[in-house]
Amino acid sequence: MSEGTALRGALVLEEVSITSRVGARLIDRLSLTVAPGTVATVMGPSGIGKSTLLAYVAGFLDRRTFAAEGRVMIGKERLDTLPAEARHVGILFQDPVLFPHLSVAGNLLFGLPRTRWRSRAQRRARVSEVLAQAGLAGFEDRDPATLSGGQKARVSLLRTLLAEPRALLLDEPFGKLDAPLRAEVRAFVFAHARERGLPTLLVTHDAEDAEAAGGPVVALNGPGGVRPPCD
Amino acid sequence: MLLRLAPAATLAVLAGPVVLGLAFTVLPAFGFLPALGGTTFALDPWRGLLAAPGLSTALTLTVGTGLATTLLALALAAGLCAAVAHRPGMARLQRLMVPLLASPPSGLALGFAFLVMPSGWLVRLVSPWATGWAVPPAGLVTVGDPLGISLVAALLIKEVPYLTLMLFAASATVPVERLMAAARALGRDAATAWVSVVFPQLYRQVRLPVFAVLAFSMSVVDVAIIVGPTNPPPLAVLATRWFLGYDLAYFHTAAAAATLQLVLVALAILLWLALERPVAALGRRWLARGSRSRAAGGAAGVAGAVAALLILLGLLSLLAMLVWSLAGSWRFPAALPDSWQLWLWRGEAGDAAALASTSAGIGLAAVAVALVLTLACLENEQRHGLHPGAAVQWLVYLPLIVPQIAFLFGVQVLLVRAGLDGTPLAVVWAHLVFVLPFVFLSLADAYRALDPRYAMTAAAMGAGRWQVFLTVKLPLLARPILIAAAVGFAVSIAQYLPTLFAGAGRVATLTTEAVTLSSGGDRRILGLVAVLQAALPLAAYGLALALPFLAFRRFRGMA
Amino acid sequence: MNRSIALALAAGLSALATFLGPPAGADEAKEAWQDILAAARGQSVYFNAWAGDPQTNAFITWVGELARERYGIDVRHVKLADTAEAVTRIVAEKAAGRETGGSVDLVWINGPNLLSLKEKGLLFGPFVEKLPNWRHVDRTKPSNLTDFTIPVEGYAAPWRMAQVVFLYDSARTPPASLPGTIPAFLDWARAHAGRLTHPHPRDFLGATFLKQALVELAPDPAVLQQPASEETFAMATAPLWAWYDALRPHLWRGGEDFPATGTAQLSMLADGEIALAISFNPADAAVGIRKGTLPQTARVHVLDAGTIGNTSFVAIPFNAAHKEAAMVLANLLMSPEVQARAQDPATIGAFTVLDLASLSEAERARFTPPADAVGLPDNAALGTPLPEPHPSWMTRLVAEWERRYTR
Repeated sequence: MSEGTALRGALVLEEVSITSRVGARLIDRLSLTVAPGTVATVMGPSGIGKSTLLAYVAGFLDRRTFAAEGRVMIGKERLDTLPAEARHVGILFQDPVLFPHLSVAGNLLFGLPRTRWRSRAQRRARVSEVLAQAGLAGFEDRDPATLSGGQKARVSLLRTLLAEPRALLLDEPFGKLDAPLRAEVRAFVFAHARERGLPTLLVTHDAEDAEAAGGPVVALNGPGGVRPPCD
Repeated sequence: MLLRLAPAATLAVLAGPVVLGLAFTVLPAFGFLPALGGTTFALDPWRGLLAAPGLSTALTLTVGTGLATTLLALALAAGLCAAVAHRPGMARLQRLMVPLLASPPSGLALGFAFLVMPSGWLVRLVSPWATGWAVPPAGLVTVGDPLGISLVAALLIKEVPYLTLMLFAASATVPVERLMAAARALGRDAATAWVSVVFPQLYRQVRLPVFAVLAFSMSVVDVAIIVGPTNPPPLAVLATRWFLGYDLAYFHTAAAAATLQLVLVALAILLWLALERPVAALGRRWLARGSRSRAAGGAAGVAGAVAALLILLGLLSLLAMLVWSLAGSWRFPAALPDSWQLWLWRGEAGDAAALASTSAGIGLAAVAVALVLTLACLENEQRHGLHPGAAVQWLVYLPLIVPQIAFLFGVQVLLVRAGLDGTPLAVVWAHLVFVLPFVFLSLADAYRALDPRYAMTAAAMGAGRWQVFLTVKLPLLARPILIAAAVGFAVSIAQYLPTLFAGAGRVATLTTEAVTLSSGGDRRILGLVAVLQAALPLAAYGLALALPFLAFRRFRGMA
Repeated sequence: MNRSIALALAAGLSALATFLGPPAGADEAKEAWQDILAAARGQSVYFNAWAGDPQTNAFITWVGELARERYGIDVRHVKLADTAEAVTRIVAEKAAGRETGGSVDLVWINGPNLLSLKEKGLLFGPFVEKLPNWRHVDRTKPSNLTDFTIPVEGYAAPWRMAQVVFLYDSARTPPASLPGTIPAFLDWARAHAGRLTHPHPRDFLGATFLKQALVELAPDPAVLQQPASEETFAMATAPLWAWYDALRPHLWRGGEDFPATGTAQLSMLADGEIALAISFNPADAAVGIRKGTLPQTARVHVLDAGTIGNTSFVAIPFNAAHKEAAMVLANLLMSPEVQARAQDPATIGAFTVLDLASLSEAERARFTPPADAVGLPDNAALGTPLPEPHPSWMTRLVAEWERRYTR
């Protein structure tokens, strides 16, 4: 996974505020800089607006339900004015969300940029290569529904990375995994993110995740309250 | 950008027929119809309607049979799903239901009537050796019973498979297996697990189809004429009688009846909505009690068994029609025809091919337009967060609620004004008015319920909206889309009055041929016609179920 | 173009009607008919006709082929399940302001529907007297000129006769046991409990059952030829309701329910669920036997004092696009050749509207029933048909019946 990991800019959030249309302020003037290759963590109990923050960063915020303001940038480039597909921000959810109608290779090929990988043979070779590197050699034609939880999580990450994102968002991606698997997948994800120098923003309610991430931690503790980042 | 025009385009296609159709239902109800000399507003039609003998009985019948059919259909369909959802037999059951889904309601009702009437097949099978009846028993009251029980039964044969199919289609968007596993781990038997955790999630998605069932069973005319009470019949039949009566003076009363029908259906839907909350509360209390009793499972089992019996009766009804189409003469109490013939089939074969291709062409065109408009509206809604207003939704569903005969008069006036009547375009348009609501309500909930994270994941990987739509949403929704298409196709094939009115009688389809021949009452011809009419939708349903299975047979997640 | 022809034609015809000097008129009429034939050539006629029976449809196809061969007109059968569908279409076109180029050219229409259209001014005409075959029509049969007491006045051309008969299976019900009078139905129904019914009076045939009883029971049948008033209605129908109240408990399902349509009632007869069924076609038994829907022993029964008869017509809507071709087809339907074929129970068994005496020997011979026709009544058995009451009687009868007997 070494090609294409040219160091990109940091993920910067400037004075981001998100208000629910019914009135509750979920995020209040949050500013945060996630340096390339580091994993910042947003902590807080369920329902506090963590996922909403990621949705804003990725460009999926439901404008019917929320109002939001504040800048999101990669380096100096503003993201919050772009549509989701032009932001190139990868996202992983609690579930692997593999496309059930495509094989493992089909899922991976989906994200592979056409501009860089043109010929069919090249594209398939690239997919086989990353699968092999991730210990999934020969999985190309497998039905995603037949994979184990850990395998699905790995395919999901590979798929996101193949799309060559400029930042990575993790929406409690380890929440549904059991303990041993959890550590393994976590290590796998963080290693890849660091290796590629991606600024990564993790939201979780699990302190263990935050500790493993090793980056700055922001705690959201309810409407209006943001504890300042601390180590 | 084009997409933003989708709701407007849909409205443009529907508004003319719906608004005019409605105007020509409601205005004459208040005495206004210049063609017949009514140029002022008056309440006379309402006085005439209220003075109509038996009106209160007719209203009770309409509401009673409508609500009973809907409640039972939902309970039986849910029971069937609960009883078999976790078993491999589901696929087989579906295949058995396809002929019932495909058959036009009137064809099924005719078969059912022949099955249960005093001179019907069931009595014939046990006569005279067991019953001693050489002539049909005079005291046995089945078809046309005053309470409308046979009407409800005949409607259930059609609606239980429909709702089962809708539940099944909806279940594709809910993690049924995980939910079931979780509930069973908590000590619930499979049926209870399905009823308590899966059904509540599915119900929200099949709510519109449930309303369609409610509206249909309250306003159905042909089925009610075949098996319903006659003295008085339900309101929709009364309205149709007045519309088609020899006395044009009744036109206004008919319009008032049609308007009342519309109000009645709307009220029934509101009543249903009002009852949803307390029923849901009761359900939650039941869940909260955490009872592990098997009563729910038992009830589901009984419902499933009744549903299975209905399906069996439905298949027998179709078989009865097939046998009749081959019968030479078949007199009571013979269990099988006394002689057989093929001349009917031979005689109709030539015509049938031409009629079938016209029907299929119209059906495919209407379904294609309906699918494009529906998908465009739904996609637009998701992209721009524009929830279609309640008024718009009602406009789309109005054609299902207003009695066709009243409504179509206005449509006809519109088409004549536009100089379009008698053209295939007009027929497709008229069909679209009835096909679109069914396609929309078959698809909307599944579309809205699709896990948004698929689209988000794809977009995060740089896929544009059209790419997401074409390569993620369409394939994931292939099954509900194809089922919606099949439902729409079957609806189109079954249209009689719209074809007749928009086609100025000049566009002949299998169904116009079927209905005109049916008016002669010869059961052999009725049988032939029922079989012919069922054939095309049968093929469509077959494809809708088989195609996703074939295309995605490698992928368990698409099963 | 059609419009100008139609206007010219209408003007010509009315001029003709005004100056009707017999010898000169005959020549002019011949000339006018030649013009009509010429205009009709190449036109299509959209013939809206009930199509509930393959035999009838095949017959119309046959007439269409004849029309193509002889007159170069293209007959398109617009198949109806109910004539009212065409009536509604004509009303809709009127509502939409389509005064010419209408979609219905010719419609097979029964009494009340015909009168509704005529009263609303939605018919073209008068045209019938211009049809050459009109001279063969039996003008001594009142129903050919007067439909339900209302003069047709040339707005519709007669093409088949209808008369009330009662169908039964002579193997199950001996003819001698059948009621010869309306009052005798009471004893018969008592003896055959649950084996008699009639279609719901909202159905045309159901209303006819009541009218048939009324014609026989009314103290003064002459009032039935006048529009009904409150008084005459009450007086004339009192015996009818007394009779019906006595009869009703012995009807099928205790007279609480009724078959929705005439055809539903016929199926019940074929099944043996009932033993006697009212019909409007004297050849129904013969046709049913040929089709295999009725047993070989099916027969028709006519009441001693005669039964109501009427005539089916074809009419041209005010806005018909092809009026000339429609007239040519109407004329063809009245031709001896077509009438003779229609009367054969192997085709549709429709009794003729023609005066056989006005035909040549050879033409008359065509009307002799085939030797193998079973179940066909002869003219003597049918007697002279009784006239239909004024339409207001039917409207009131149905309304009063519903008031009395609807649950």
